Amino acid sequence: MTSHPAIITARQLQKHYGSYVAVDNIDFNITRGKCFGFLGPNGAGKTTTLRMILGLTPLSAGELTVFDLPVPAQAREVRRRIGAVPQADNLDPDFTVVENLRMYARYFGLKLDAALEQRIDRLLLFANLTERRHARTDTLSGGMQRRLTIARALINDPDLIILDEPTTGLDPQARHVIWSRLNDLREQGKTLLLTTHYMEEAERLCDELVIMDHGKILDQGSPAELIKRHVEPEVIELRGCDAQLIDTIRSKVTDCRIEHLGTSLYCYTHNSGPQLAYLRDEHKLTFLHRPAGLEDVFLKLTGRELRD
Amino acid sequence: MNYWQPPRIRRYAIAIWHRNVLVWKRLIGPAMVLNFGEPTLYLLGLGYGLGFFIGEMGNMSYIAFLASGIVASSAMTTASFEGMYSVFTRMVPQRTYEAIMATPTDIDDILAGEMLWCGTKAAISGAAILIVALFLGVVKGWQAILVIPVVFLIGLCFAGPAIVMSALAKNYDFFNYYFVLIITPMLITSGVFYPIDTMPQTMQTLVHLLPLTHAVELTRPLITGQPLQQPLLNIAVLSGYAAVSYYIAVVMVRKKLLV
Repeated sequence: MTSHPAIITARQLQKHYGSYVAVDNIDFNITRGKCFGFLGPNGAGKTTTLRMILGLTPLSAGELTVFDLPVPAQAREVRRRIGAVPQADNLDPDFTVVENLRMYARYFGLKLDAALEQRIDRLLLFANLTERRHARTDTLSGGMQRRLTIARALINDPDLIILDEPTTGLDPQARHVIWSRLNDLREQGKTLLLTTHYMEEAERLCDELVIMDHGKILDQGSPAELIKRHVEPEVIELRGCDAQLIDTIRSKVTDCRIEHLGTSLYCYTHNSGPQLAYLRDEHKLTFLHRPAGLEDVFLKLTGRELRD
Repeated sequence: MNYWQPPRIRRYAIAIWHRNVLVWKRLIGPAMVLNFGEPTLYLLGLGYGLGFFIGEMGNMSYIAFLASGIVASSAMTTASFEGMYSVFTRMVPQRTYEAIMATPTDIDDILAGEMLWCGTKAAISGAAILIVALFLGVVKGWQAILVIPVVFLIGLCFAGPAIVMSALAKNYDFFNYYFVLIITPMLITSGVFYPIDTMPQTMQTLVHLLPLTHAVELTRPLITGQPLQQPLLNIAVLSGYAAVSYYIAVVMVRKKLLV
């Protein structure tokens, strides 16, 4: 046992649907008290992996233990200690905000006593929903529904919180509120496991992440490690380039790796001085000079073609 | 994972049952209109209207014959509707089960709770018909109160097959097959509207394979104060249908949702 024992261990995890391979022989350990992310495009196998952890998708092969219990054999016991936030909100539309929390407590076998009512009050406060406690869930905005779904996942005071694309479909304000709540949870010592295809989200929240594509893990590490390992530290981004201009720049701008996506050019380099000097002098172009980020790693590892 | 593993029913089923009770209580007005209005209209209209031409049937007034049969068939339709339209809504478009399955409450518990609720709803509809029948003067004796637990059992018996249909369904229209091919033929042939002993012997044997026939054989004597013919067999058939269909429903829903 190390000081941070793994809360989830997966060995050679596989999931096949007929000839389609959703999860292809992946291994990972998730450390207690950290925020762990699965980053990948749609169809990478992220949700399938989360469902396997919850015991809702049978494994095709491999071994999976959560809280040192085998899954799916002991999944019911495991779920007692997990809070799950699904990709799309599935609040009970027949109930109000507070009734949703009460009813969910019942599914965990919790007693509806004064202590539980206190916890519900705290969760409503946490989710900024105290004022809306008697509202029907279909009258809530998308951000409120999401916050209620997160509050609902905390009703059993879980050790591990699993979030499947927690901010997909939310406006920027709502996303920032969710991020700050997730940070609060991490500071309380909860282990967070989330999937996302938002780089910013992964960079802000995750201590460690894996990049997945086509069911495989492409690499694993902290956001900073991944950036350092895969891309040059600086990027110059040029937008709105036509074919002729692209050719000119490709021939003139040297000593950097150029990537081309639509009408944008990305120039990855260790030392941006000469390129910047050239661009300032030769062209009336708008360009963006920025440090490399997770998105650059992601696009490099998963390719730039369109995913459906 | 073994989809055929025998189900285990635990106290979590009560939470599911309770969920449905709470939702039902919210809509109690329309529910009561349906529960009392429909049998009243049927019994007054058909019982007196048709009864005027029929006179007696099976040694009782036609309205008594009809009331004591409808109590069973209405349990069947109540449980079937709940087990199909409502269960399907919670299982597929509303994704209520998906939310519940992320907790220690699993499919075995969810479906056990749904079955209990279908039985409860059938019992409520049975109690309403019993009250209407009482006012129409066709209830003979206190033994009629036993109709309530019987109707609960009838509800369980028809809930299971309905949930199996929900597991098979891609959309609501699919349920038309089950109603037209199973429920309506059963309603017509199981002795609700006319006695089955007028049928040819082979037909009588066949209709005794149907659970509704056994249901009517319990409710009619209990309401009209006649001796029960084969109550243990009737109860065994209804319980058998309930148990086997619950098991099949659990397996089918596991195959549908645990993928």
